[in-house]
Amino acid sequence: MKAIVVGCGRVGSSVAKRLAREGWEVIAVDETDAALARLGEDWAGGFVVGHGMDLKVLRSAGIEDADAVVVATDGDNTNIVVGQVAQQQFEVPSVVVRLLDPYRAEFYESRGMTVVCPTKTAIETLVGQVLDHVEAKA
Amino acid sequence: MFVVVAGGGKVGSNVARTLLKRGHEVTLVEQRPDRYEQLEREFEHQVQVGDATELFVLERAGIARPADIVIAVTGDDEDNLVIGQLAKEKYGVERVIARVNDPRNQSLFDLLGIRQTVSAMQMVLGLIEHEVPEHELVHLLELRKENLEIVEVEIEKGAACAGKRVEELSLPQGARLISVMRDGTAEIAVGATKLEPGDQVLAILEPGKEDDLRKLMLKQ
Repeated sequence: MKAIVVGCGRVGSSVAKRLAREGWEVIAVDETDAALARLGEDWAGGFVVGHGMDLKVLRSAGIEDADAVVVATDGDNTNIVVGQVAQQQFEVPSVVVRLLDPYRAEFYESRGMTVVCPTKTAIETLVGQVLDHVEAKA
Repeated sequence: MFVVVAGGGKVGSNVARTLLKRGHEVTLVEQRPDRYEQLEREFEHQVQVGDATELFVLERAGIARPADIVIAVTGDDEDNLVIGQLAKEKYGVERVIARVNDPRNQSLFDLLGIRQTVSAMQMVLGLIEHEVPEHELVHLLELRKENLEIVEVEIEKGAACAGKRVEELSLPQGARLISVMRDGTAEIAVGATKLEPGDQVLAILEPGKEDDLRKLMLKQ
């Protein structure tokens, strides 16, 4: 199985490494070549320098026959665009997009995008913890 | 009309100013605090500070009334795309105009359903093509909504159409000649207009018909 990971920051690089460990062929894409260092010295997967909205970059990463695309750059709007391009133009079977803004996440989820929103998860966990704590004391 | 303008740079502020002068209601949204302060002196309550890709910022600007037109002219294409999609699909805004900063991103706007776009860079490139003669076929104007474009082409010596009248040509379906310019004078292209090498011809055609026109107007 082949995955493209767009955005090789903390999240993207870890996702890339985990998928590689699971036996996937992984190609990471990032704007800066410094991001390669995040993948570690023993990185055996691919790495392409370029912007995720650049179709040439996505093609050279091999998106045309990818089974999955994970989009996790630090820009929500870039992620929204890249996710839709992967879905609609390249018809990648599995596309997952990381969005930090819960409201945009909700809207694009309602349009059929698979979204992971860590902010929403954090809010729910924090509120849950506080409520549990209060309940335990009462 | 009520217009929301996202992006208060040179383009956005001038659009807002022009619309206000013509008596329209405008809310301008600018993200950068320093730029906002400057704009506020001129536009007062008609400018708001915030990231126009955030839903609460758009709602505070009044997008949900809904706005008659949303104009997305920030300096970031991904932002303009998202503002356009939110305006159309979440808030039911019927007319959305988005700015394409990098012409290479035009296909993304088409793909994501933002059909009405303006690109200053594309216009500059078109003008340069127009002035630089080695480009054999020049795109002068794109009418995206109408799915038509106006091109200019200079007839080459030995081209299939050279020495023929317009009515004798087998023009591709979906293409018409508009005018013929020779020695600095232009005339409307009619059936009897004779084409000569060196003539500059304006044509209107459906995108994708350029090659058919090239075959006719250029030496093969």
